[in-house]
Amino acid sequence: MNMASKLAALAAGIIFGLGLVISGMTDPLKVIAFLKLAPGWNPALIFVMGSALLTSAVGFAVARRRAAPFFGELFMAPTKTDLDARLLVGAGLFGVGWGLSGYCPGPAIVGAFTLDSRALAFILAFLVGLAVHERFLQNLLQAPEANKPVSDG
Amino acid sequence: MSDISMAIVGGVLIGSAAVWLYLSVGRIAGISGIAAQALRGPLANSWAVLFILGLGLGGWAAQLLGFGPSASLPINQAAPVADLSLPLLIGGGLLVGIGTRMGSGCTSGHGVCGMARLSPRSLAATLIFVGVGMAVATLVHSL
Repeated sequence: MNMASKLAALAAGIIFGLGLVISGMTDPLKVIAFLKLAPGWNPALIFVMGSALLTSAVGFAVARRRAAPFFGELFMAPTKTDLDARLLVGAGLFGVGWGLSGYCPGPAIVGAFTLDSRALAFILAFLVGLAVHERFLQNLLQAPEANKPVSDG
Repeated sequence: MSDISMAIVGGVLIGSAAVWLYLSVGRIAGISGIAAQALRGPLANSWAVLFILGLGLGGWAAQLLGFGPSASLPINQAAPVADLSLPLLIGGGLLVGIGTRMGSGCTSGHGVCGMARLSPRSLAATLIFVGVGMAVATLVHSL
């Protein structure tokens, strides 16, 4: 991969990290205050997801008119459309973990870099979770003919 | 700035970063997937390693500018939950690690990029993890 794409990826990470902190997503208590439906409910995260989604919807629509990315040969977007068991169960497990801790991967990575002790604890367990999946659960709930892992990102 | 205006500014930055990564390198900004790729082959996927490092740099920059929960203040007193115990953080981390790989994405990959691309898989995944997350947070953090 060429130097321009590496710098572009670094820049994307920096902007993403800025956005996660400024939006409030790196505060797990704020995230829980959104997920927890109770008096004192904090709707702020709807605006994070809403504005992120609107911005990227416009950007991805623009990208559809281009044949290739600026610094690469191919747009690598997932093409799967079927709602298989792995997707549904995986999203459910993720939801349980998110509701318990208030952390999803991006904010937790940022929090770990900024030495938030809560994020460090979460990220250590997250890494174990990745390894457990890679080692033991790759083919769980997989249709026998489709045993190749596919990632949406 | 209020919570809501910060949320909107932050969200626009997140969306812009996702668009930039796709337009420049052709990759989806799904952080769980990028983290897994960075770990699986850090040399072959140096762009993924750099993206993750960028997340840290951006986080530091934002903290230096005075945003976010301070690392020295682990508990946000204003929030309506007292604290996060270690079992919640560890259990949450394990389930998020397994679930995001099995479900091929997290809040960024499905919730932002996939929804913006009108992917039916991402719409289903997002409805499930937000719904389940709300149910679990409401039950667990009300006890």
